[in-house]
Amino acid sequence: MAEGEHCRYYRGLEIMTDLCVGCSHCMKVCPTEALRVKGGKAVIHSDLCIDCGRCYRECPTNAIRVVDDDFDHIFGYKHRLLLVPSLFYSQFEDRIEMNEINRIIGSLGFTEVSPVELGVDYLIEEMNRYIEEAPADSRPVISSYCPAIVRLIQVRFPSLVDNIMTLLPPLEITAQYYKSKYRDAGIPEEDLGIFYLTPCVAKIAAVKDPVGGYVSPITGAINMDLLYSKVMMVHRNHSCTENNIRINEEITSNAIRWSTTRGETNAIRGVALAIDGMDNVMEFLEKVENGDIEGVDFLELRCCDESCSGGILVRGNRFLVADGLHKRASTAPWVNPYIKDFRKYCADYMVFTRVQPRAFMKYGRDIKEAIRKMEEVRNLKHTLPGIDCGACGSPNCEALAGDIVNGERNINNCVFMQIANERRGTLNVDEAIALMEEIWGKRYDY
Amino acid sequence: MELVYTVEGGDFNKAGHASSQIKRVLKQLGVPPDIIKRVVVAMYEAEVNIVAHAWRGVITAGVDESGIRVVLDDEGPGIPNIAQAMEKGYSTASQEVRDMGFGAGMGLPNIRSNVDEFNISSVVNKGTVLDFFIRF
Repeated sequence: MAEGEHCRYYRGLEIMTDLCVGCSHCMKVCPTEALRVKGGKAVIHSDLCIDCGRCYRECPTNAIRVVDDDFDHIFGYKHRLLLVPSLFYSQFEDRIEMNEINRIIGSLGFTEVSPVELGVDYLIEEMNRYIEEAPADSRPVISSYCPAIVRLIQVRFPSLVDNIMTLLPPLEITAQYYKSKYRDAGIPEEDLGIFYLTPCVAKIAAVKDPVGGYVSPITGAINMDLLYSKVMMVHRNHSCTENNIRINEEITSNAIRWSTTRGETNAIRGVALAIDGMDNVMEFLEKVENGDIEGVDFLELRCCDESCSGGILVRGNRFLVADGLHKRASTAPWVNPYIKDFRKYCADYMVFTRVQPRAFMKYGRDIKEAIRKMEEVRNLKHTLPGIDCGACGSPNCEALAGDIVNGERNINNCVFMQIANERRGTLNVDEAIALMEEIWGKRYDY
Repeated sequence: MELVYTVEGGDFNKAGHASSQIKRVLKQLGVPPDIIKRVVVAMYEAEVNIVAHAWRGVITAGVDESGIRVVLDDEGPGIPNIAQAMEKGYSTASQEVRDMGFGAGMGLPNIRSNVDEFNISSVVNKGTVLDFFIRF
């Protein structure tokens, strides 16, 4: 499994091999076991990667890069619209007024700024109808909001793909609205650049490589962490230049709360449950898959703790950011004045086609061969120590067994097996060192 | 490939363990999701039947390229009238079991509607053997 070998899906994260020290911290936290260490460097298996960003958070040497769009890319367009998640403003707490932040965004080069959640109110109308009409065998309906969750289901819970709500997330609804609005104003499509300020990697992947046969009108994704620094810099230096940025600030309280945990469940009818945090979500989906969960109409599932306020590109503390959103929502209006326009512009785009499972055959497509391999894995599991130390360069003993059966690892990559086999005389020290260096690179002089 | 699990009567905390394990195996084999769904429903119902009604049991699942055969062999009170037990809504579950949300009398009919082959035999005061097959 060499770097770049599996590239069927867009990858929002990249290992910078010059910075990676092969410490395997990322490998141990990956929820889909998409990482291995080889030649002293971490390697991502992109068929399995769901862009959740856990590895990015964990990496002690900042060797994992977010594959975002170059900021200067925006100047290729005459009209430069930035869709901003409300939580972005929440990071600055009360130190900088929203209006000042928007003016700074203007001085950085954007011509219009809008809350990305503008489409939420229209989505609520459609969601309530969708959930009411959902057939029994695709309940509970699972929100399509968090792209890392959608991808998690594709990879790890393929039997639940039909539970995923096939309504566009607010980001895409808002983008479609602006695309139509600019078109109606007579502006040629190639003059409009729609950029999304993203709090996480999963949303970059979702914009570049959406599910359900949908093509996004979004031109590019801007890294929120990067823009935060740029805004702070201009603010500190008082270097905000005069500009005519068009600002739309006003959104409803439902829209402001949408990205927080229970943002969706609070706004819809029926029995709805909100779960945040990857481990919590996986535990619950296991139960849904077993048919254990009855009487729940809707699930709001979010990859990050505290939902998007805990996104990997959010600089502020996730609890404070979420709290800021709730405070702002408490004084916000309840009615969206543009809802009629949304109905007019977005109705035709709202529904995408069913999400396909990511059929990843770990042991190959031939089921007879796969059964043989699995039996071998089961036997190996009895031999391996079962302590999941990861010193073999695979995340746990079972994963190592799988890698051995697939010809990607040697049983003597396990330190326990290695010592035993050296004692038995079936492996000499030089062979053992060569095997170790294959995984961890050359770390010592012997 | 043969997978064997033991089930203790009355232990509702562990009910569903065997079906969860089988589900994992079938997912790794790349069996289509709709088939896995049927296997899980049938196995879960059958597993709960042992927990709710029998004293103990052994579940043996055989997987090959044609499909999965599951044999659930329990020691227990047995089923005096199998035809009646196959009717929707018929249940002999105790109030205690019903209070836990089981015993709606949908178990056996639900299993049969999800499988391709279905056999059941029972001896009163000895036990029940349920055997089903689902094609891949």
